[in-house]
Amino acid sequence: MSTLIGMIPSILMIVSPILITAVGGMICEKSGVVNIALEGLMGVGAFAAAAAHVLMEAAGVGLPSIWISLGIGALIGATFSLIHAFAAINLNADQTISGTGINLLADGVTIFAAQILFSADRTKEFRMGMQTDGLGVYPTAYIALVVVLLAWFVLYKIPFGMHLRACGEHPHAADSVGINVRRIRYIAVLTSGLLAGLAGGCIVLTQTIQYTSNTINGRGFIALAAVSFGRWRPIGVTFAAFLFGTAQAFAIIANNFPALRVLPTEVFNILPYVVTLVALVVFSGKNYAPRANGKPYIKGAS
Amino acid sequence: MKSETRQEPLSTRMLRSDGAVSVLVVLLGFLVGTILVALVGRNPLNMYKAILQALSGFNIDNGKMNVRYIGETLNYSVPFILCGFSMAFAARAGLFNIGGEGQYIMGMTVATVIGLLGPSITGMHWILAIIGAMLIGAFWGGIVGILKAKYEVSEVVSTIMLNYVALYLSRIISLQLPGASTYRTGSFPETALLNNGFFKTITNNSMLNNGFFLMIIAVVVYWFIMEKTNLGFGLRATGFNKEAARCSGIPVVRSIAISMAIAGAFAGLAGGIVALGSFNYGRILSGMDNYGFNGIAVALVGNNTAIGTMLAGFLFGLLKNSQALMQGKQIPKEITFIIQGLIVVFIALRSAIAIYFAWRNKRQLQKEVLAK
Repeated sequence: MSTLIGMIPSILMIVSPILITAVGGMICEKSGVVNIALEGLMGVGAFAAAAAHVLMEAAGVGLPSIWISLGIGALIGATFSLIHAFAAINLNADQTISGTGINLLADGVTIFAAQILFSADRTKEFRMGMQTDGLGVYPTAYIALVVVLLAWFVLYKIPFGMHLRACGEHPHAADSVGINVRRIRYIAVLTSGLLAGLAGGCIVLTQTIQYTSNTINGRGFIALAAVSFGRWRPIGVTFAAFLFGTAQAFAIIANNFPALRVLPTEVFNILPYVVTLVALVVFSGKNYAPRANGKPYIKGAS
Repeated sequence: MKSETRQEPLSTRMLRSDGAVSVLVVLLGFLVGTILVALVGRNPLNMYKAILQALSGFNIDNGKMNVRYIGETLNYSVPFILCGFSMAFAARAGLFNIGGEGQYIMGMTVATVIGLLGPSITGMHWILAIIGAMLIGAFWGGIVGILKAKYEVSEVVSTIMLNYVALYLSRIISLQLPGASTYRTGSFPETALLNNGFFKTITNNSMLNNGFFLMIIAVVVYWFIMEKTNLGFGLRATGFNKEAARCSGIPVVRSIAISMAIAGAFAGLAGGIVALGSFNYGRILSGMDNYGFNGIAVALVGNNTAIGTMLAGFLFGLLKNSQALMQGKQIPKEITFIIQGLIVVFIALRSAIAIYFAWRNKRQLQKEVLAK
């Protein structure tokens, strides 16, 4: 039992970035834009945060460096998501294609920049990552909590949230009552980019000491799965992120449990994906996704 | 109609042609990539020298020729082309197959298993392994088709999930194989390999192998199914308009399942060829090879046609083979990934062309109305 309680901080460490990203993905899809670029956006955010932190450490910025780096990661994530917003909202582009493009581009851009800045296919190692509090919990867990609560509040408790959800359910109706669909979708996409970038920074500053091409390793896609599995609702997405994050944590710490050691650790890695597939089949027929999700909004056409 | 199009200026005709737009998109990708290289203070010329050498084997700096580079470029192209067909085949039926990567990994895994444990009979062993790779690829893609057709599960989500299931499943299976260490299994017997002595001789010991023939067969098969059979017609009809296809008696559910299975078989074949052609031992994957993901780009550039996809695949193989050469000339090899990513982003932005035409038609109408 004590080992289980001892695991909680590591589980929180792994869950937090997945949850932050998933909330962003949820907001984006609630507004009617599918964002499969979450993986790539986490990558650019993680790289930017790691690179900024290394450079500021070398310049002797000290303690604030971590927080500034997180902010830079989030900003770069948001900037990168502009491509997706422009393609999906202004040009009515196929959102899956533009998301795929951003994922491919992020793979290249991050390591390319590392080669230029650090002459290696990864960033330099930073000396000190984020520090835990008295309970052994990283601040990222509190960030995630704030993000979820804020998202719930904005989506369900203020008019802006209702407008946003209207854009995802029926953009023509939203437009007819004077809601600026394009503006709202832009805000939603940029928010998802911001949060994915922030989450990337959280991963790199808590779980490793440098950015490599393996740092994100599918967690953006897990977040995407969490959005579907959580049925596009904050509480559901939180639950899904915890389930998937715990499974990931087990893959890393299963060795501490003799009973689990007989299983290959990959079994835990597979879990989130299989659970999502099964859930999609079980809940099929009832459609929980926002109705206009992934469809470009063309004014006048219906 | 024809006389009308003839009067249109060249630029308009080019924007209406899918092939011309693809060429434009690729050029744009290279242009931005070149600017980026120049911006970070490296010489873009070195990038093109590397690409030239990978294309022709000719090293412009010392005037030496090495045909091995040509062989390697062709060999690298094979999985890109086949994964491109995986994406393209599904796309023709209106499905977005991001699962090429998973289908490829499963194909690679089964080919590895049969290569290590199958009957060591000359002339039959590798054929068995390749057939196994195609079957598992078809199965892996078929699941997606059935989930989509029967349960309305979005193929975009399910293929992404299955990619990772495939990756970890492949690790579980490969780690059980004889001689498995952290990154490789024991060596394949000679009978399992796709080696081709003739290719080796004429390309100065490149890795080019019998997989090249299999790819050529795949191109013909793809073209034939799509353009010449009822099956292909049904698939394309489903892709154009599902309801119309249903009304004309085309079994839509079966069409979707079959098209995903065939798409998977192409990617599975790619996995089998890479497993037995480019390596002489089984690999224990620590990450994705990304052939499947790049296959999406290949099909998009090739407009899902047999020839277009093949040409786009050669381009991607060329870029992959020039990576090492670029790195030797102080050009970060990731510029090739950037160019590939840019190409896909620009393809997404292609929808701007439709908006442009709509805008121009509107303006023309306004002019005509005002002239009256």
